[in-house]
Amino acid sequence: MESEIAQITQHTGGVIGSAWLMIAFPLLGAFILLVFNRFTNRWGHLLGVAMSLASFVVAVLAFFELIGFGEGERRRAVELYSFIPNMNIDMGLLIDPLSISFALLITGVGSLIHIYSIGYMSHDEHRRRFFAYLNLFVAAMLLLVLADNYVGLFIGWEGVGLASYLLIGFWQFKPSAAVAAKKAFVVNRVGDFGLLVGMFVIFTTYNTLSFAELKPIVEENGTTLAIGLLLLLGACGKSAQLPLQSWLLDAMEGPTPVSALIHAATMVTAGVYLVVRSGAYFFPEGSGAALAVAIVGAATLLAGAIIGCAKDDIKKGLAGSTMSQIGYMMLGAGLGPAGYAFAIGHLITHGFFKADLFLGAGSVMHGMNDEVDMRKYGGLAKYMKVTFATFFIGYLAIIGFPLLSGYFTKEGIIEAAMEHNQVLGWLAVLGAGITGFYMSRMVFMTFFGKKRWVEGAHPHESPLVMTLPLMILSVGALFLGGYLVMGGTLYTFLRPAVGGDPTPPVFHFASVPGAVTLALVAIGAAYAWMKYGRAEVPAVQPRGSFLTTFARRDLYGDALNESLFMRPGQWLTRIAVFFDNRGVDGLVNGLAAGIGGSSGRLRRLQTGFARTYALSIFIGAALLTGALLLVGTI
Amino acid sequence: MTTQYLVLSGLLFAIGALGVLIRRNAIVVFMCVELMLNACNLAFVTFSRQVGNLEGQIIAFFVMVVAAAEVVVGLAIIVTIFRTRRSASVDDANLLKY
Amino acid sequence: MGETITFWVLAVVSVGAALGMVFNRKAVYSALMLGTVMLCLAVLYAVQDAPFLAAVQIIVYTGAIMMLFLFVLMLVGVDSSDSFVETIRGQRVWAVLAGVGFATLIILAVGNAVFAPEVGLTQATAQGGYIRSIALQLFTKYVFAFEITSALLITAALGAMVLAHRERVTDKPTQKDLSRARFLGDRPSPLPGPGTYARNNAIDMPALLPDGTAAESSVNRYIARYDVEHGHLPEDPKLAEAIKHTVEHDEAPTEAEKSAESNEVTK
Repeated sequence: MESEIAQITQHTGGVIGSAWLMIAFPLLGAFILLVFNRFTNRWGHLLGVAMSLASFVVAVLAFFELIGFGEGERRRAVELYSFIPNMNIDMGLLIDPLSISFALLITGVGSLIHIYSIGYMSHDEHRRRFFAYLNLFVAAMLLLVLADNYVGLFIGWEGVGLASYLLIGFWQFKPSAAVAAKKAFVVNRVGDFGLLVGMFVIFTTYNTLSFAELKPIVEENGTTLAIGLLLLLGACGKSAQLPLQSWLLDAMEGPTPVSALIHAATMVTAGVYLVVRSGAYFFPEGSGAALAVAIVGAATLLAGAIIGCAKDDIKKGLAGSTMSQIGYMMLGAGLGPAGYAFAIGHLITHGFFKADLFLGAGSVMHGMNDEVDMRKYGGLAKYMKVTFATFFIGYLAIIGFPLLSGYFTKEGIIEAAMEHNQVLGWLAVLGAGITGFYMSRMVFMTFFGKKRWVEGAHPHESPLVMTLPLMILSVGALFLGGYLVMGGTLYTFLRPAVGGDPTPPVFHFASVPGAVTLALVAIGAAYAWMKYGRAEVPAVQPRGSFLTTFARRDLYGDALNESLFMRPGQWLTRIAVFFDNRGVDGLVNGLAAGIGGSSGRLRRLQTGFARTYALSIFIGAALLTGALLLVGTI
Repeated sequence: MTTQYLVLSGLLFAIGALGVLIRRNAIVVFMCVELMLNACNLAFVTFSRQVGNLEGQIIAFFVMVVAAAEVVVGLAIIVTIFRTRRSASVDDANLLKY
Repeated sequence: MGETITFWVLAVVSVGAALGMVFNRKAVYSALMLGTVMLCLAVLYAVQDAPFLAAVQIIVYTGAIMMLFLFVLMLVGVDSSDSFVETIRGQRVWAVLAGVGFATLIILAVGNAVFAPEVGLTQATAQGGYIRSIALQLFTKYVFAFEITSALLITAALGAMVLAHRERVTDKPTQKDLSRARFLGDRPSPLPGPGTYARNNAIDMPALLPDGTAAESSVNRYIARYDVEHGHLPEDPKLAEAIKHTVEHDEAPTEAEKSAESNEVTK
């Protein structure tokens, strides 16, 4: 088969040989900031940024070293140490086009968001702790994508889960933040359970968890399907795909840079990484597992888009959009090697424009006293020119405005989906149209129309330390997609790692689905203009139709979880508690009470009268004598 | 004759035991205990002759010695109790109970 | 034949005395009954080729132990007779049941046993006679037990001394204290002796005071009661009245008098 992935070569020396530094720098940063806590308060944020930037530099150098190799030798494994010797699990790093793409995205966007956070968190007294967690996250995320086996991936996976938990609950004095953190943690556990069991099955079946030792499969069988579905469950948990999507919207309780870095650009795409990384092994083209991935992706992209339409909270709207965009990526990841390049491409461009949008939203909030309700914005374009410009570029990119980043990658996914499955393809087209509507709604409600500010709001442009990352990100949002997709640059680059035909798919500017997509986007945007641009936006949320309520309630996802899992769980707990109280405790206490009660009665035998005791002794002696006589007689 | 001696011994023992159980005066109770010891001694002496062995008499002798010691201490205890409680009734000394 | 007669006589006497000991209300009588039983047993020992034990039985039991019992009875109060009202529920019924049952069992067991003809002690005492044989046994085979009994006896004697000893908690009263106590009390002078200054020189006759009246406090109340109960009252109505009065006064003693009386006894 042509699409087979390249062999993994052992590598020593060079920057790639020292790739562990990428993980070590931010880890060291987190360590220093957490251990020497308040002694580092004054310069802690600078250390965090420096560590992230150092990691980025290593990633860039490793990237250049990697492309120095021939195409078939671009999968370099670096051994680190023997992790679990008696199970033959070694810890090592795998530097290949896929992981280095992620590493660049994580460290690059991560560094920008670090820089942005200096400004955004400047008034927070716990800024140092924030940077410690951010560094921890970067380290864990890099371990996730760079590990050359599933165990390392899992450690990173849990590490980012921990960092996500800590950062969502960063303002833990807010009950909503604490609850959201807990919810994210719990829902992620469900996914982690799938990943873990999947790993168990892989180990028992193949006796290895190393990517280098696993062999790409040709035919799908029951075991690989089971593994694939279990891994998909893990991916769904981490990437907020249906049915484990409920935590992502609540996760917006965290500071905005967190939403940008973790819950938009990087961590939530770990599921896509997992599927693509395991693609050759467990999700071969046309397999049931891959189809499941595509269906989950398609369902989520629509669900996310619908939720995004109804949210008035700008961050929650963006979170719905994130769900939707990751749905696109999952859809692409479920299409086999042809879709991988677009999925990863969309992942990278999305990392840029969604980070751009989130940071832009953060910049707006920064200027509006942390107000998140878009109904209290309006007409901000004049007051925040840089923010508006960058946000608008991100907006154009995400709706797929021709020639911007999102256009190329999203159209690529739609096109690849059309080739595989018309239904999924048209669903993706529909999703793109809805994206056009809700993103336009967001832009119109925020930057256009009349001022609906609350009293005391003095919108102002954010400082340079915040706007500079916005500008850089918006440049990426402008051109990155075209660069990656045109001529199959990313496809060719990724091919050694993910497989695929030698000839990259050609991007069609003029195709029926493309045209329909653009038309739908235009209609959506126009409708949004009519409803939110030209018409007055009510400052209080109107009641809305059934569909609106449906979307506002996150498609009743929480209600479903509550009635399906929480209520039965509570009942189970109550039954267990009842059983414990009445059954176990009842038995123990009853036994104790019984013994105590009978002792209380028995002790009445101790009358204190020596004659009573003597009587019992004498009766006993008489009985014994009788017994002896009887025995002697018999 | 052995049978008769043993029956007498058993009767005296039972009477002594009965006395221990129904009398309340500690001194009388003590006397009843002495009666029981004497009944045992009678059985020892009888068996000594029955089997032609002097050891039964030796044991009876030791029983007397021990009984003497026991009486000395027991009566001293009775006197002490009487001195503090103004009573020689065994039922009055019943504080050690539930 | 002689032994049989001796046995049956002594058996009846000893069982009767034993029952009398148990069922007599007065402890002194019980003690005497016990002494009877012990003497009977001593004779039975002698009849059964155990003259040494018979002697020991009389010397130690009847002589020493019984005297000890009587001595303690004197200390505790010889005149008190026990109440036969049972206070512990079921005690008497069960005690009689157990006693009768035990006796029945023993009689059954012994009655059913078939004994070989008695061996007798002729063989055992062949070497040097009876006393010598006992001494041989005691000082050879049982020498340790014998020595240990000496330790036991010494310990018992010590224990009895410790138990009976009373620590003085107040200073010994001086003559001054005693004198003061006497003059503060009811009567500074000693009690009048009975029979003095009177026609009758007997201890149950009240003394006559110089004014001719009878001194009630001069007669011991026990003796007075005896006189009243047995009709030994003097002919002189004045004296008889005084004795009766003493008894009447004695029959309803107050609580304070009771405690004073027992104090007297203890002292």
